[in-house]
Amino acid sequence: MLKDKTAIVGIGQTAFAKNLDSTELNLACEAIKIALDDAGIEPKQVDALGSFTYEETPEFEIARNLGFGDLHYWSQAPYGGGASCCAIGQVALAIASGIANVGVVWRSRKRGDPSTRMWSHTEEHLSDHWKWSRPSGLVRPVDESSMLMQRYMYEFGYSREDLSNVAITLRKYANNNQKAFMYERELSKEDYMNARMISDPLCLFDNCLESDGAIAIVITKEELASKLNHKPALIHAYSQGMSQEHQLMTDYHGSNPLKSSSYVTASNLWNLSDYKPQDIDVAQFYDAFSPMIPFSLEAYNFCSKGEALKLINEGFIDIDGELPVNTSGGSLSEVYLHGMNLVLEAVRQIRGNSTSQVQNAKLSLVTTCDATPNAAILFRGT
Amino acid sequence: MIQNKPIPAIDNFDKEFWRSCKKNQLVVQHCGDCDIPRFPPRHMCPNCQSTKHKWNESSGNGTIWSFVIPRPPLLPIFEKESPYVVALIQLNEYENIRIVGRIKDHELKTPDIDSIKIGDEVKVKFEKINSDIYIPFWIISKLD
Repeated sequence: MLKDKTAIVGIGQTAFAKNLDSTELNLACEAIKIALDDAGIEPKQVDALGSFTYEETPEFEIARNLGFGDLHYWSQAPYGGGASCCAIGQVALAIASGIANVGVVWRSRKRGDPSTRMWSHTEEHLSDHWKWSRPSGLVRPVDESSMLMQRYMYEFGYSREDLSNVAITLRKYANNNQKAFMYERELSKEDYMNARMISDPLCLFDNCLESDGAIAIVITKEELASKLNHKPALIHAYSQGMSQEHQLMTDYHGSNPLKSSSYVTASNLWNLSDYKPQDIDVAQFYDAFSPMIPFSLEAYNFCSKGEALKLINEGFIDIDGELPVNTSGGSLSEVYLHGMNLVLEAVRQIRGNSTSQVQNAKLSLVTTCDATPNAAILFRGT
Repeated sequence: MIQNKPIPAIDNFDKEFWRSCKKNQLVVQHCGDCDIPRFPPRHMCPNCQSTKHKWNESSGNGTIWSFVIPRPPLLPIFEKESPYVVALIQLNEYENIRIVGRIKDHELKTPDIDSIKIGDEVKVKFEKINSDIYIPFWIISKLD
């Protein structure tokens, strides 16, 4: 069993900016060293590594720069925005089963420059599933997500204005977080309504940031965790999910395209957990695009289908609402690092040192991308 | 960035789909054993794991399930055409078959964007990209 056997004990992040004068390897080393120091763990104690298949730096480069010990385990998680909780969960499983003792999971990314956007590297001849959408001009992830939002708005009677409070709420959280990319930039409803459209019905502010930076976490077994620097964030439950007939990002071909892989992940997560949605104190939902927040609130059963935007407009995800969400500003306003910033914020809420702290937060949820195969972790504080 | 439109590479399991498009006929792959339809075309039937398949002609009539209007920044070829409408079309004969395609008029231009709604009835047409690939697109039925 994995339940409560491992914990995140160290977190580290570099500066977040449009253009950092450093390489992905250098940024990764910096974030990992900060995370190890935060935990109070020596590099030579590390014997497991987890990363993203999208990561450019191989494990051995990380290990020999940082001076890790002999490695006993490493794995990579696919699907970009779906990967962070998978990469962490798989290392947790290795530690809980006795294969390894101390793991590091990192994500380093130089993506502030627009020329590095993945869609801009679309090839002229498409032999994979993109052949069924990109030739018609549905090319970018924002277009693929907007398709589902337009349908959701139609089915449940919502407008652009109803969606605006997702971006506005996250920006308020970022305005509390000095390390957030958008710390100094406020966002009003007027700004949102007058914003440049990117893929109707989604506008500029419904899109995540494009940014440079790196983030790392340190994970170990519960017995060791309680002797380290910080209150451990125990991994209480971990779940992955891929729905039947899933198709990456253009998941339009199952019986109900509005029922994403998050429903699979959520169902197993609650089965594996001792807790129910109403017990959760704070959540970080993967938010490459703002619709993923209402979609995830519904998938994880915090409300019924079609209800999320109404609740968000009543303050449900605000700091004094029923479930504060993306309390460091999220991918829309803190930094876009494939959701690893959301993991750090989930841990800070357990430690009690978020810039938008939920009082006495004991149960802290983090999820990954609603539009890809995905995963989630429920952290528990001791 | 590529300057031309990205085009589908033809595989063994979808070559009949593209061959039919070239003849202005939309076809849907069905299992050769259990008869269940599937899209996109693939090697194996997810219901019975048979690798036999057949192609049934579709009327090409459907409705708009959803649509988006992409605006810059886009691939150069699409930026020239922006704003345009790309939709997910549900075929009338099949509850669970949805196909992505552009909404265009007879002149291959985007019709009045503000008039397009989810639920609008559409009919398939085909646009030549090269000698092998004719991409399905959709015309609003009442304008046909």
